[in-house]
Amino acid sequence: MSAAVALEFEKPVKNLEAKIAELSRLVGEETDGAMSVELEKLREQAAKRLTQVYSNLDPWQKCQVARHPDRPQFLALADMLLSDYQPLAGDRNFGDDQAILGGLARFRGRAVVVMGHEKGHDMNSRVKHNFGMGRPEGYRKAIRLMELADQFGLPVLSFVDTPGAYPGKGAEERGQAEAIARSIQSGLRLRVPSIAVITGEGGSGGAVALAASNRVLMFEHAVYSVISPEGCASILWRDGKFAKEAAGALNLTAQDLLRLKIIDGIVDEPVGGAHRQPVEAAMALGDALENQLALLSSMDGSALKRAREQRFLAIGREGLV
Amino acid sequence: MNWLSRHVRPGIQRLVGNKKETPDNLWTKCQSCDQMLFHKALAENLQVCTHCGHHHRMTVLERLDSLFDDGAYQRLEQPELPADPLKFKDKKPYIARLKEYQSKTDEKDAVIVAKGTMGDAPVIIAAFNFAFMGGSMGRAVGEALVLAAEAAVANKAALLVIPASGGARMQEGILSLMQMPRSIIAVEHMREARLPYVVLLTNPTTGGVTASFAMLGDLTLSEPNAVIGFAGRRVIEETIREQLPDDFQTAEYLQEHGMVDQVVDRLELRGRLIMLFGLLRGVPGPTVPADPATDGAPAMAEDEPIASFDQV
Repeated sequence: MSAAVALEFEKPVKNLEAKIAELSRLVGEETDGAMSVELEKLREQAAKRLTQVYSNLDPWQKCQVARHPDRPQFLALADMLLSDYQPLAGDRNFGDDQAILGGLARFRGRAVVVMGHEKGHDMNSRVKHNFGMGRPEGYRKAIRLMELADQFGLPVLSFVDTPGAYPGKGAEERGQAEAIARSIQSGLRLRVPSIAVITGEGGSGGAVALAASNRVLMFEHAVYSVISPEGCASILWRDGKFAKEAAGALNLTAQDLLRLKIIDGIVDEPVGGAHRQPVEAAMALGDALENQLALLSSMDGSALKRAREQRFLAIGREGLV
Repeated sequence: MNWLSRHVRPGIQRLVGNKKETPDNLWTKCQSCDQMLFHKALAENLQVCTHCGHHHRMTVLERLDSLFDDGAYQRLEQPELPADPLKFKDKKPYIARLKEYQSKTDEKDAVIVAKGTMGDAPVIIAAFNFAFMGGSMGRAVGEALVLAAEAAVANKAALLVIPASGGARMQEGILSLMQMPRSIIAVEHMREARLPYVVLLTNPTTGGVTASFAMLGDLTLSEPNAVIGFAGRRVIEETIREQLPDDFQTAEYLQEHGMVDQVVDRLELRGRLIMLFGLLRGVPGPTVPADPATDGAPAMAEDEPIASFDQV
């Protein structure tokens, strides 16, 4: 059902695609003739239009692409990028969070610890994964996984895609704030290479909890922000309708964040976004991860920890105008 | 302050003259029990109501005065940062808002870092000023915490951080989010130096501030009845569609749920901190337990440091 989801600004392209589908049904097997020439023209037009739309996305449109239900999330990425994935469950205190998943796996032959957010793609899976909003036991599972990685000298890869940490009664009572703080602390303490990728929506504390890493990458149309544009608008403009303005003011696109030196690199997405061609997107991500991992692998434990601290301490101090 | 006169054009308020709103002889109504309190008496009682014990907000300077030995301390200069790199603008440009608060509070930003002694032992205090944009955490706040930890390590001092903050400063966007890991690095430096890092949660401590350095103290204390949480009460109620208990997210509620070591009355705070810092540092003390009959517990440390915690 989510395959039908078309974002507002994609509609002209979707209309063209519908026409193409209709026309190719009429053309049938016929390979030459006026109809198929027309069809070819339409296809070119649609491709051109798509490229055009996606090379000019404004920040608010990027938020919508980043939240697209067909965008590959943790499980899909694990499937496409990893072999021998062994999911590990639970925080050994309270429960097993379904918004933050992770485990052991091999990435291009190398044993690693992986973790990330799963939001779900349809109503049932969204409810199961709590829309990707972690509870304390999720962050504590992440802490466990990071400590495991440290213990066995395995690199940590994390895929971040969350609207934010879950605002619930139980979550507060079980120490949501403390769990997030400790998760960041665990990330900063690692003596193994760590790479985080913001694959979709990098929502505030719930995102940075899994992204205090040696390298932080972003997919081309991902966003990463201190607060959602809607939340920001309702506080600063006192009206959620100003989300578009807030999205612009927040500087939340991958391109903004690279300029601000918050992230280390952008992973290009196929034309039309990762949700249209998830396999190509995953392969590009795999190549980027492999490159970064190779760069980090020559460093020893204390150098990795020191370099990570320096990376974060340098943010906001220089190079900003 | 010199800094202000150098960099900020005086606002209207300052031109008109910064009128003191409350003369010393005025009465104040307690926010909790409605009793009328003599303004000066309330200040002398550290803004704690003499009738019901309600803790009113203290200014940062009152706070520092009340904690350091003889109220004596030295403020640490904070580095200048490029202002407003995002050129953020909502209904008003951030830079204008910032200047407005700077002139209103006579401070550069929301945290003051000071160096002094408590019970003769060196302590660095980083205290949040809620009056400065709700004590929100942006680059200057993160930088102040990093500076405070650096100073503590350099002086082999304990670090006391006193948050009072609504959370991240939205107008600094992602740069404010980055203060979460940055402030935790400061905590990490304290830990590596094996120096005490204590957090005193005050009303309110929420959002990204709670979810970073504020929950990572070696010890976590709170003032009574302070609101402490990650998500705001209204957001939670809207999400789960149920009424939350009245005391939800209060210091006492958090203590019940295992998140806070002690809820400490402000009048006992200085003595308690001196005691705790001494214990953490392994300073030797009395060899026999205090006699409960004589109420040997040093409840209120006044100007005299408690003898047993003198430096050896």
